Amino acid sequence: MKHLLGGIASLCVLAGSAYAQQTTLTIGMQLEPPHLDPTSAAAAAIDEVVYANIYEGLTRFASDGSVVPGLAQSWEIAEDGLSYTFTLQEGVLFHDGSTLTADDVKFSLDRARGEDSTNAQKALFADIDSVNVVDDSTVEVTLIAPNGSLLFNLAWGDAVIVDQGFTEDAKTAPNGTGPFKFADWVQGDRVEIASNPDYWGEAAKLEGVTFKFISDPTAAFAALMAGDVDAFPVFPAPENLPQFEADPRFNVIVGSTEGETILSTNNQQPPFDDVRVREAVAHAIDRQAIINGAMFGYGTPIGTHFAPHNPAYLDLTANSDFDPEKSKALLEEAGYADGFTTTLKLPPPSYARRGGEIIAAQLRAVGIETEITNLEWAQWLEEVFRGKDYGLTIVSHTEPMDIGIYARPDYYFQYDDPVVQAMMKGLDAMTDADDRTAVLQAVQTRISENYVNGYLFQLAKTGVADARIVGLWENSPTQANDMTAVYWKE
Amino acid sequence: MRGLLVGGALAIVFLAAALLSLIWTPYDVEALDIAAKMQPPGGAHWFGTDHFGRDILSMIMVGARVSIAVALVAVGIGIGLGVPLGLAAATRKGSAFDEIIMRSNDLIFAFPSLLIAVMITAVFGPSALNAIIAIGIFNIPVFARLTRGAALSLWQREFILAARVAGKGPARISVEHILPNIANLLIVQGTIQFSLGILAEAGLSYIGLGVQPPTPSWGRMLADSQTLASLAPHLVLFPGFAIILTVLGLNLMGDGLRDLLDPRIRRARS
Repeated sequence: MKHLLGGIASLCVLAGSAYAQQTTLTIGMQLEPPHLDPTSAAAAAIDEVVYANIYEGLTRFASDGSVVPGLAQSWEIAEDGLSYTFTLQEGVLFHDGSTLTADDVKFSLDRARGEDSTNAQKALFADIDSVNVVDDSTVEVTLIAPNGSLLFNLAWGDAVIVDQGFTEDAKTAPNGTGPFKFADWVQGDRVEIASNPDYWGEAAKLEGVTFKFISDPTAAFAALMAGDVDAFPVFPAPENLPQFEADPRFNVIVGSTEGETILSTNNQQPPFDDVRVREAVAHAIDRQAIINGAMFGYGTPIGTHFAPHNPAYLDLTANSDFDPEKSKALLEEAGYADGFTTTLKLPPPSYARRGGEIIAAQLRAVGIETEITNLEWAQWLEEVFRGKDYGLTIVSHTEPMDIGIYARPDYYFQYDDPVVQAMMKGLDAMTDADDRTAVLQAVQTRISENYVNGYLFQLAKTGVADARIVGLWENSPTQANDMTAVYWKE
Repeated sequence: MRGLLVGGALAIVFLAAALLSLIWTPYDVEALDIAAKMQPPGGAHWFGTDHFGRDILSMIMVGARVSIAVALVAVGIGIGLGVPLGLAAATRKGSAFDEIIMRSNDLIFAFPSLLIAVMITAVFGPSALNAIIAIGIFNIPVFARLTRGAALSLWQREFILAARVAGKGPARISVEHILPNIANLLIVQGTIQFSLGILAEAGLSYIGLGVQPPTPSWGRMLADSQTLASLAPHLVLFPGFAIILTVLGLNLMGDGLRDLLDPRIRRARS
């Protein structure tokens, strides 16, 4: 009897909580950010917590990838394209209560582009000549040369506005202007943010968001199934998606990302310094088999380093179609009739580990033997990215519009091509959209025909969310979990 | 006796599979066939295929070879270094020499074996060789301790005294009289360590520190198919059972051998 009463009582409690409107949300993420300052590190996990939630820039990315006003409500571009005058939003407060002024903007931009800046994307600010305070709510940015992508550049997480009293403390207690305030960080487990009642714009619909870090795909699956996390915007195991699709409790969100997944090739290391060998590698790869085998069908084949959803994209997959016979012929022509052995170093994500095994088998079929080494991210950054000690590796380049890396001979794939360098330099000076498209397409063609890397597929954003959640980003124009418009429906 | 037979039979099955894989497997384990992925067990593929369309039976066979080779060499390192150290320590009980050997053994023993393995592979990179070294190092103190303890009690016996009176030196006595008398103990312990070695290899390759792809290994087969367990359970079940049955077989065999080789137990039973 006692048990029965207890059972009824707990049922009532359960029923009660089920009817209450939910106002908090738990987001699952695979990696924990090293700290919470997006202006001093490249880690995507930082932006995935703070971008648009805690920190805002002068401009920002909307969910469709377009650049819209952020802290700057409007701007004027001078005739010669050399000066941008931004008018700031009114009544913007930092979370510590201080008011946003033009001085904060000047401080932030000067800090990001300064000599001793540790900003991960300093190139974004390279064309800025000076940042001048006109009055409290007006800032003028002057440029060395016209730069058609300035507004785009300023929308990046690396270009957010911090307060001029910025200290290292912000790495663990960020002070931004966004609709959410930092609340708590339990290292190794979660970061919590709470809605900001003094927000200048439209207030967030949720009262709080928890970002929970679950690196293991199996645990991520279990956490979603058990309801411990409400959404996993970048779910790490595509093989489990059919199960979520079949379950009415969940929505599977498949969108595009800026992640060009490529077989990065060390262009300075023999035999890859021979374009025929690189072309042979390209023809040995069956992209669809990799997409099916490693990503369980999620992903779009690419033939160059450019996102297919971008209007300037060219489909160049035909340059590197799957043709093992051609591949063998090219190897013979280059003097490697008996093939050769190289290294294939793989970072942890499954696109790399699984994709690596498939590519190794495909390369073996044309006579190229690979020694596979599985590396953790820290080792990969050390050995491959900084040390350039590798033959081949697989990685997804998730930054938006990052084709500029092909103009950097010191970048880890060490592609030194004056033509691409000149084209990218020319691009920076262009503001006309058609001209820019033409140059971007020329660069795409050039790197595709030079077989700089093996171009595999555009990473799909495969997320899973509770079916009652509304307003999550479908695509990933930048690395972010924008929570401003998210809410639970009845 | 029944344990010995069952255990022996299991061990022989896996040994035979491993040896057979040297000359023949049903399919090439390095050939992928994405179109035929995750097929359930059936006619063409007895154990089904994995997420790359590889034949699981073939992978289990090659995996057996990898596990057995790694464990065998690791136990070999343990016996090859541990037994001489234990014998030497026993000749001079309580001396500084004895202390140095046994305390450094304690030091190694105090480290969890996986930690040593992670350390070694972090420094030298993951490979089969480094897995063997890591597991082998952990085996040294096991054999050194066992040998020293058993040898010490033998050193008190009359036949050893007789050998000493006859003018034999400690090295010669150790090899000619002590070693043959502790051989049964070493065989039993060797079997147990062999099963632990297989388990350790599976553990190391599970966390990605054992043999590297494309060579299959049971531990990595488990790790790779973890997220697929609910879609295609056979991907997890076959390597899982392979590990369980091999370790169970070797443990049963070890127990059986102990019963058989230990004169006291044998007498008590008859």
